[in-house]
Amino acid sequence: MRYTVMIKVPEPLEDVIVNLLRLANTKLPEDVGWALEAAAAWETNETAYAQLGGMMENVRKAEFKGVPMCQDTGIPVFYVTGRMDASVEDGIRKGLRKATDTIPLRPNTVHPLTRLNSGDNLGDGMPLIRYVPTDDDLEITVLPKGAGAENMSRTAMLDPADGIDGIKKFVTDAVLDAGGRLCPPTVVGVGIGGTADSCTSMAKEALLRPLDHVNPAADERALEDELFMTLNSCGLGPMGLGGNTTVLRVHVRTAYCHTASLPVAVNLNCWAARRATVRIKRDGTAEYRQ
Amino acid sequence: MDQISSPMDERTVRGLRLGETVFLSGEIVTARDAAHVRALSAADGPKELNGATLFHCGPIMTIEKEGRKVIAAGPTTSARMNGTAADMIRRYGIRAVIGKGGMSSTVLDAMRETGCVYLAAVGGTAVSLAERIINVNGVLWPDLGPAEAAWILEAENFGPLTVAMDAAGNSMYDNVKRTVDRTRPYS
Repeated sequence: MRYTVMIKVPEPLEDVIVNLLRLANTKLPEDVGWALEAAAAWETNETAYAQLGGMMENVRKAEFKGVPMCQDTGIPVFYVTGRMDASVEDGIRKGLRKATDTIPLRPNTVHPLTRLNSGDNLGDGMPLIRYVPTDDDLEITVLPKGAGAENMSRTAMLDPADGIDGIKKFVTDAVLDAGGRLCPPTVVGVGIGGTADSCTSMAKEALLRPLDHVNPAADERALEDELFMTLNSCGLGPMGLGGNTTVLRVHVRTAYCHTASLPVAVNLNCWAARRATVRIKRDGTAEYRQ
Repeated sequence: MDQISSPMDERTVRGLRLGETVFLSGEIVTARDAAHVRALSAADGPKELNGATLFHCGPIMTIEKEGRKVIAAGPTTSARMNGTAADMIRRYGIRAVIGKGGMSSTVLDAMRETGCVYLAAVGGTAVSLAERIINVNGVLWPDLGPAEAAWILEAENFGPLTVAMDAAGNSMYDNVKRTVDRTRPYS
């Protein structure tokens, strides 16, 4: 990946996490910026054009001032790969607490029953960290996930007989029923296959792909392109106020599933599709990219 | 593009046309899920809410030497307040609600009845909108935490805001939904 590489000398992991969260929250990945620019170019509806213009202006201001582009700094989901030990979790938790104070991030995590806010974005099960150990350098990716988009997630166990048409209907209904409640134009992550839980995870992981990444699997790519064209022909538009741009991209991931199952999941990202990755090399230097 | 000042009177509100873009100056009060519940359960509600302009928002705030400062303040999903907004509008005579994504027909009815509009802010434009907030005048229910408390804010040229639900019972969201349902694929 070629986006924004910045190298820093060795720092404690918690400070690396603060840098990573700052990058993700204050600077939109370039591919998302280009997708918004492209959308504005083919938008004919005046209200829609104004919405996209407002979004791009906000992105520039956030980057220039170094403050979060959206007040909903979300629930950060961390994806960790490479050589690691148990200290990674500690570093992430400490870094997140520090970032909440210093960037600052909005304290978002509450107990689900008492609704009491922990104040530091930590709590049982928070933040969510996914580990994939490999023999490579340690890499941590963060996906700050706002509630507006996350609340519109859907997972279903379709009947295998529903087939590809059933999948298409499920995905388009999820996006169109959400309307302007999240912040369209959205990035649509679709998981197909696996189990109920892995399917939902795949849908979210699909959001990590840069928007200009071309899916090497031809059948998935065809589905992505069709859903993209169809959804953008429906007229929902930016912020659900009408227009030609309802989605910026559709990304599909698949896994084999039980012969009697057809799990499908949709996980949406708002137009501010934030993400950032850091690679920590053997010598301790950290390489940031988006 | 029109300038409007808050608080508004009924005549101004009823004069706003669907689809119009406005910029608002004056006092706005943030309120989301928990603040709505508080405001409706209080025996005598806070006078600051009477005739107010509500902003569905949970901002990022910092404490500076000169007082509280708003860092980021974009709109949150208004539909979460569908269950409480109609009572809120009737009880406090709310004249305008700023949010994103629109609200239900029950809320639209309350708006038409009492004279209130829904102003759509551009979602995710938290920095641009925060720049238009020139002062933090106070806070209601700070125990709810910074995201859920009701912040009383002074805004200048706050916007752009689109009149997306007017006081005559029209909604851009309903119009868009009709288009979407007509072209909805695979059904």
